[in-house]
Amino acid sequence: MDFQLSADQRALRDGFREILRARFGRDALRAAVDAPGLDRELWRALGKAGFFALCVPEARGGLGQGAAEAVLVFEEAGRALLPGPLVATFLAAGDVEGAATGETVVTAVSGTLVPWLAEADVVRGDVTAAEPLRSVDPLTPLHRVPGRREDGPDVSLLLAAEQLGSACASRDAAVRYAGEREQFGQPIGAFQAVKHLCAELLVRTEPARAAVYAAAVTGDPREAVAAKLLADDAAVRNARDCLQVYGGMGFTWEADVHLHLKRAWVRARLGTTAARAEEELAAAL
Amino acid sequence: MDLAYTEEEEAFRDGLREWLARALPTLPAPPSPHDWPGRRAYDTAWQRALYDAGYGGVHWEATPTQRLIFLEETEEAGAPYVGANFVGLLHAGPTIAAEGTPEQRARWLPPILRGDEVWCQGFSEPDAGSDLASLRTRAWRDGDHYVVRGSKIWTSHAEVADWCELLVRTDPDAPKHRGLTWLALPMAAPGVTVRPLRTLAGSTEFAEVFLDEVRVPVDHRVGAEDDGWRVTLVTLSYERGTAFAGEVVACRRVLGDLAREARADGRWDDPVLRRRLGRLSAEFGALWRLAQWNASEAQHTGGVPGPGASVFKLRYSHARQELYDAAADVLGDDALDLGRTWTRERLSSLSYTIAAGTSQIQRTIVAERLLGLPKGR
Ligand SMILES: Cc1cc2nc3c(=O)[nH]c(=O)nc-3n(C[C@H](O)[C@H](O)[C@H](O)COP(=O)(O)OP(=O)(O)OC[C@H]3O[C@@H](n4cnc5c(N)ncnc54)[C@H](O)[C@@H]3O)c2cc1C
Repeated sequence: MDFQLSADQRALRDGFREILRARFGRDALRAAVDAPGLDRELWRALGKAGFFALCVPEARGGLGQGAAEAVLVFEEAGRALLPGPLVATFLAAGDVEGAATGETVVTAVSGTLVPWLAEADVVRGDVTAAEPLRSVDPLTPLHRVPGRREDGPDVSLLLAAEQLGSACASRDAAVRYAGEREQFGQPIGAFQAVKHLCAELLVRTEPARAAVYAAAVTGDPREAVAAKLLADDAAVRNARDCLQVYGGMGFTWEADVHLHLKRAWVRARLGTTAARAEEELAAAL
Repeated sequence: MDLAYTEEEEAFRDGLREWLARALPTLPAPPSPHDWPGRRAYDTAWQRALYDAGYGGVHWEATPTQRLIFLEETEEAGAPYVGANFVGLLHAGPTIAAEGTPEQRARWLPPILRGDEVWCQGFSEPDAGSDLASLRTRAWRDGDHYVVRGSKIWTSHAEVADWCELLVRTDPDAPKHRGLTWLALPMAAPGVTVRPLRTLAGSTEFAEVFLDEVRVPVDHRVGAEDDGWRVTLVTLSYERGTAFAGEVVACRRVLGDLAREARADGRWDDPVLRRRLGRLSAEFGALWRLAQWNASEAQHTGGVPGPGASVFKLRYSHARQELYDAAADVLGDDALDLGRTWTRERLSSLSYTIAAGTSQIQRTIVAERLLGLPKGR
């Protein structure tokens, strides 16, 4: 047993983090918030970087990697708040023409929601009666459909990996802010009440990380659903606590905290939701 | 990332399983929890059996992964816990192994491994709990002895221990973290008085220990004089290490038993209860994976558990309490019946957020050592 990232896996994760920093850094994120819409150029750049083709077999022109590598890049995507129907396009890369290269944007009905419907080239699931809703997340347009489409555990696993990345981003932001912002003549991070909030941010990410990585390695569908449950919780609650650490600044449109919280709320409703996950895990006891 | 065990690790598991299958049926019935001499005899006989089979030193000598396999397999097989051997095997032993002289290692380690001698931990005092370094039990030199005066509290297993790892103040003028010394105290020495304390569960798991001018030979000191705090940190890192991994396995089994009981008595129809158990299943699954993650990490860093153990301890101790609160939901009125194991386990789970560093202290450790947040004024 060696349940740690291999050197190759670390290199893959670091490489992808670098690409995202260059192509979708903070300025690009805020520009996207101001002018929503799918950035096709960014999408093609992701394709070129091998993001969508990561798990397509080498014989079919892909990189032939496994689920463990997939969760690492999705974690980075979640950390950077990368917008777009990433999961649907990624999972379609093997059989939808152009999805692997980022030419074709694929979305899918997930539960009773469809993200990015108007911008997608290919849609999986029945969207004939789709109605738009005013999405809480400025970077995820949403439609609602009357019928339910259950997602497989692969969808939940990738969403969980994004939630994990988001939970880590909120943790890092809170810890950074707590070390810089001063009140009463000292960094707020020196106050124990703030310190303990920050500690819990880490205590939430680490079990979620172990669950997400293990589910990817074992391919066990139940572990994927359990990982989603823990990662949803980590992403939502870490964003909430980060907001608290930021004080008034956390309640502004300017700070990125709300973007993480809103996206985490959206992802929690996609794939296997908490109530379903809990029932599924209970049934297996 | 690889969760498959190597051939060597699987061979270790197979050998252990085979041995457990032969050894467990020969065990005597476990003693009553109130029969301390009986508990000591039972726990030390089990350690002796492990020793004879070559597993006596598994907590120190095996790789972190083998140790995890050991904890998993013994738990799955329903083998006894370390029990009264806890301090010897998981605190004092590793500390002596790391910091002791060759003579000290030769004197104290083999009897721990063979289950001949039982240790207890005399760190906490009435006025020094979380702020351990403020402890006041004094020791001064008199020829080739230290003379010790003071008192300790919450000393688990003190009633049946042969030795006590004792933290004393040798230099009262130094800053509080300096001036401490780590001694091995023979519990039979004149001047040692043990007064059992009753826990909220009704048992006498721990005791007060009064030390009235007790003479301890200078060669019973581990590490240098006044260097006891550093020696102590070695011990504490072991205490908070992977020791709980086996209990996570046990908690997963309890969850299954709870579901079975709830299905049998109709409570399973309550979706709130079902969902609660479902979430706990995810929780303990993740804790097990985290234990594997931490073991693999320790394998890379040479075996010494890092402060990441605090993260595990924090999460696990709360999860365990939630488990037994959920058990109370399954039990209904039976949750008030001390005849039910889960009722008693619910009581004992209350100590998990206090013993071995309270949750508040752990959070401060995590924030300062892992996240790098500044110390307050
Ligand atoms: C079952 C059990 C077995 C034990 N066995 C042993 C043993 O064998 N040997 C031994 O030496 N000790 C043992 N202990 C003692 C244990 O280590 C202490 O109880 C623990 O360290 C807390 O100390 P205290 O009880 O004095 O509480 P206190 O330190 O008085 O704490 C009281 C409350 O104040 C909080 N608090 C204290 N300081 C701070 C701070 N700086 N910031 C925030 N909150 C703070 C604590 O979190 C706690 O909630 C045992 C305890 C239990 C429950």
